[in-house]
Amino acid sequence: MTLTEKVLARASGKAHVQPGDNVWVNVDVLMTHDVCGPGTIGVFKREFGQHAKVWDQSKVVIIPDHYIFTADSMSNRNVDILRSFVHEQKLPYFYDVIDDPTGEWKFDASKGQLERQYGSNYTGVCHTTLPWKGHTRPGEILFGTDSHTCMAGAFNQFATGIGNTDAGFILGTGKLLIKVPETMRFFLEGALPLGVMAKDVILHVIGEIGFDGATYRAMQWEGPGVYSLSMDDRMTIANMAIEAGGKNGIFPCDQKTLDYVNERVAENGTKSEFEPVEIDAAQVFSYDKVFDLSKLEPTVACHPDPGNRKLAKELEHIHLDRAYIGSCTGGKTSDFLAFAEVVRGKTVKIDTVGVPATTKVVRELKEILWGGQSVWQILQSAGVQLTENASCAACLGGPVDTFGRLNKPMKCISATNRNFPGRMGNKESEVFLASPYTVAASALTGRITDPRTFMS
Amino acid sequence: MAHTVTSPVYVVRDNIDTDQIIPAQYLTLVPTIAEEYVKLGSYALIGLPDALYPKRFISEGDISTPYKIVIAGRNFGCGSSREHAPIALGAAGVEAVVADGFARIFFRNCVATGEVYPYDSPVRLCDVLHTGDVATLDFDVDTLTVGGTVYSLKPLGEVRPVIDAGGIFNFARQSGMIAGEAPSH
Ligand code: SF4
Repeated sequence: MTLTEKVLARASGKAHVQPGDNVWVNVDVLMTHDVCGPGTIGVFKREFGQHAKVWDQSKVVIIPDHYIFTADSMSNRNVDILRSFVHEQKLPYFYDVIDDPTGEWKFDASKGQLERQYGSNYTGVCHTTLPWKGHTRPGEILFGTDSHTCMAGAFNQFATGIGNTDAGFILGTGKLLIKVPETMRFFLEGALPLGVMAKDVILHVIGEIGFDGATYRAMQWEGPGVYSLSMDDRMTIANMAIEAGGKNGIFPCDQKTLDYVNERVAENGTKSEFEPVEIDAAQVFSYDKVFDLSKLEPTVACHPDPGNRKLAKELEHIHLDRAYIGSCTGGKTSDFLAFAEVVRGKTVKIDTVGVPATTKVVRELKEILWGGQSVWQILQSAGVQLTENASCAACLGGPVDTFGRLNKPMKCISATNRNFPGRMGNKESEVFLASPYTVAASALTGRITDPRTFMS
Repeated sequence: MAHTVTSPVYVVRDNIDTDQIIPAQYLTLVPTIAEEYVKLGSYALIGLPDALYPKRFISEGDISTPYKIVIAGRNFGCGSSREHAPIALGAAGVEAVVADGFARIFFRNCVATGEVYPYDSPVRLCDVLHTGDVATLDFDVDTLTVGGTVYSLKPLGEVRPVIDAGGIFNFARQSGMIAGEAPSH
């Protein structure tokens, strides 16, 4: 069996499953957020009753992250709906924006968008929070009401996005009926060359198979090249399985995975037992291809979809209005460090916006010193507008006052993961997806730029 | 009783993602709240670029659409997992989307909510039909008939009874998988 088949077989209590089987799986973790949480709670109450209790309090994780730093009153209300549900159900894992468990969240627009407006429990973007707070474990099943839930496949688990109705069903029963997907294997060899990042790997692969090339399928990453990648790199890659239509992305478990997970579960006191799935000698794939990492070059997905692949060096004629770094896939500490490597000591030429994925990223960028200066200061001196308010922000447009939102037709290069029309706001704008290196180099020149121009 | 729907069709191309079906700024609406469900419907497909789709899906000031059938190309509903997407279409009055293919989560959300029937078409209908053409969709024999031409659609198979029941909860109750009376919607 493939890694995905092994996780699904175990979760459904079967010795063997194959693609096309419909199986009821037991869910290890259900995650929801402020956009889909209120609807999920609504479905749960409508179907199981006003006084129903969730199936297992320790398996529900609620993370407000999408529409937080906005004066939009409906958005603020949605965070309050989450809080009162958490209170009523006594859920231990809720990363609230405010510290008062009976309070109401209200964004104070008069303080502006840059200065911190959250309490001590707030974390930021859900998919980056889950591993940090010890909720991702090898061999487990994670469902989330968000399509990029597949990011947790980096940790050797089956993780995928679902809608409110399915999530409401899980809240009441702890189970879900799913179809076992076929598996596609992406076998990585070699190591990443200078100027090329994990983001380039996934953009290259999506360009290869097409924006719907993995529809209904699992994307399994294997080969010596995989083991050279950091956990952050694996997350960037697994995150974008959905941009090829994939049901999930999944990595093998190695010492890096174990070290990362063991440290996080110990730090947070979350469940510490888990059983990874190992690679079998006999696996059946619906697609199998070798990719040599050392041959890759800085890659860009052009407007209007993530499969519209070009090389950065072919696009140097494209003038930009904005550069954006942030999101679950591109707003981790390692992404900001890569970005800072390029812009350090220089000045950006276009409007450049940075939104850390989590509050931990904010803290780390302020703590890490390069030559006596924090990375945060280095980025600010280069002209990057950084906000302390970690969240999804303009990655998905959001209410019009969202920080970094494209409020008019613009060309934007972005370290995020999705560029369909209107994704970052204005529906006539154009978004180009690229690695933090390429976004940084392009911010310096105002045109799409191969980052190797600035590296030696 | 024969189960058919006759309506003008609305034709879109490949890769219509969930941001075009219901843009992110409207996701503050909670679909299980009745007034907000209706509002969601009024914004269905509002994210389509005007230049490509000059004829609006829902006319200015209206809350529902005259097009009960949407014809699409490949990968309809790709992008986010937002259930608001099939719900917005269903709330606007859409009964079925007939496409070359669907993104997985959108397809699943259609079934889970029972809002719209997601039909796969072996023929690329978005190249043949035009917005406003009147079509009859026959759910009993899985065909779409337009001006005398009959197109066979791929039968929905095992998901069909779930949508007929009005989504997974009703289906699970009818088949005894979960206990209790269906709540009044
Ligand atoms: S950062 Fe962007 S892609 Fe990630 S969860 Fe938020 S909106 Fe989705």
